[in-house]
Amino acid sequence: MSTSELSKERTGRPEEIKAVPVRRPGRWIAAAIVLVIAASIARSIVTNKSFGWHYVGQYLFDSRVLHGVLVTIELTAASMVVGIGLGVILAVMRLSPNPVLSGASWLYIWFFRGTPLLVQILFWYNIAALFPHGIGLGVPFGPDVVHYTHTNSLITAFVAGLLALSINEGAYMAEIVRAGIISVPEGQTEAAQSLGMSRIQTLRMIVLPQAMRVIIPPTGNETISMLKNTSLISVTAYAELLYATQEIYDVNYQVIPLLIVASIWYLVMTSVLYVGQYFIERRYGRGFSRAQQASMRARWLGFRHETGAA
Amino acid sequence: MSDTMVKAENVHKRFGRLEVLKGIDLEVQRGEVMCMLGPSGSGKSTFLRCINHLEKINAGRLYVDGELVGYRDDGDKLHELHEREVARKRAEIGMVFQSFNLFPHMTALENVTLAPTRVLGVSRDEARRRATELLERVGLGDKLSTYPVALSGGQQQRVAIARALAMQPKLMLFDEPTSALDPELVGDVLDAMRQLARDGMTMIVVTHEMGFAREVADTVVFMNEGVVVESGRPDRVLSSPQHERTKSFIAKVL
Ligand SMILES: Nc1ncnc2c1ncn2[C@@H]1O[C@H](COP(=O)(O)OP(=O)(O)OP(=O)(O)O)[C@@H](O)[C@H]1O
Ligand SMILES: [Mg+2]
Repeated sequence: MSTSELSKERTGRPEEIKAVPVRRPGRWIAAAIVLVIAASIARSIVTNKSFGWHYVGQYLFDSRVLHGVLVTIELTAASMVVGIGLGVILAVMRLSPNPVLSGASWLYIWFFRGTPLLVQILFWYNIAALFPHGIGLGVPFGPDVVHYTHTNSLITAFVAGLLALSINEGAYMAEIVRAGIISVPEGQTEAAQSLGMSRIQTLRMIVLPQAMRVIIPPTGNETISMLKNTSLISVTAYAELLYATQEIYDVNYQVIPLLIVASIWYLVMTSVLYVGQYFIERRYGRGFSRAQQASMRARWLGFRHETGAA
Repeated sequence: MSDTMVKAENVHKRFGRLEVLKGIDLEVQRGEVMCMLGPSGSGKSTFLRCINHLEKINAGRLYVDGELVGYRDDGDKLHELHEREVARKRAEIGMVFQSFNLFPHMTALENVTLAPTRVLGVSRDEARRRATELLERVGLGDKLSTYPVALSGGQQQRVAIARALAMQPKLMLFDEPTSALDPELVGDVLDAMRQLARDGMTMIVVTHEMGFAREVADTVVFMNEGVVVESGRPDRVLSSPQHERTKSFIAKVL
């Protein structure tokens, strides 16, 4: 019997299968337990007066809090920009055949990943103690070209925070960027070189754009961590979001409501970043997957879209 | 301008202690097509990569269009070339790889226009015009804005050929351009290469396509363990090989 005869016999669509689904009592029990716990937490949140919900409402849009939000965004953005820049430079140094460059990069990463961020912040904030006679830029052991007599006027709380956060971030970004660069097949570099492109052109136009696919998801996570880590800057009495709320509760003693205000704003900002990350990832996934429209819902359910190489 | 496009004199290449090329001597004349055959690991790819400055040779002399490859000779000493000069020389040599190596984040057209605009400084419009023409010539006029993932292997390889040709090279190197392709896709790529040979391009082609070698090549070179075992006109090398190693290899491939 030939294939065409076979298919002719099968023109009628068979009956739709209606099977009895397997019973899964475990799922129902687990769901019930979770619901009970959630209900009791919700009840406590609503009934416990200490949450002070009306204070939360009162201070959520307080001008000092809003200013803190703004400062937090500024600090996050500035630190990420500088941190990513440092990370790219350090990653390229790390991959350089020059042992001095790669060694220096290794040392940097080792130091800044190996010490707590809070300690680094305190260091930068107190840098004046290290250089009481000011800071200058010039030839080692020679005269300064630029000189600031008052270290504290140069290293303000904002600059100290920016330095601490971005320099620390540079170390983490360096590892992320390096992993991205390594993920690009060597054939890409060779093809670019065989066309007469310089090393810098190859890095900028061929390697980094492809490395982005690997670099962006962890960078999104880094940005979210950065946003939260800016709260550590509150130890230097710099008016970012957490410190702004602290200043308010130092006066009115409504500690919990104001911490809730801060948390709400942190959650709002991180949620916005999640959405941004989704769109940026989609942009850089171009040319890597035939089905590019992985839905937001699928991502939230925890699926990673396939990124099979070309 | 000399008539010799590529000249190898006793070329040696080592990777650490592994000697891969053990004294290659050959010449390719302008407008000639040379096909290289040989078993895996015999050093064919390495030799092509040396011609394109992707590897530095350790001994001997290698010339492209009368100029020393990778070094400058001032009479008594060799000086390594600066990266910029190496890049400039690479720009004059087209290379097509077994695995295509198209840039996956760019469309077919962008793949072809990138180097002319960025390396040669051709204007965007001029580059697009020429790229479109080249892509049409290899039968991909309708794939200009397609990304490589959405192209078949054969189409990708033809884009890669167009990309190399867009630099108006004086020499084209092909490293097993059809080895990664399904049999039914090989024909289109070989057609594009045949056309190129007819247009007078100087080509060195590493391939196991005996039919192509027989029809298009001016010279066939058989390599084994880092040396040229046998070379000559295709009918002679392919039909009546002199050397034992060549005989057994050709018997196996056919
Ligand atoms: N970068 C490298 N470092 C060390 N060894 C290498 C390198 N490149 C090639 N080789 C070695 O050189 C030898 C020749 O390799 P080459 O790729 O030139 O062979 P080929 O003739 O092209 O083989 P094939 O037909 O499999 O492509 C092989 O033994 C290979 O392992
Ligand atoms: Mg090879």
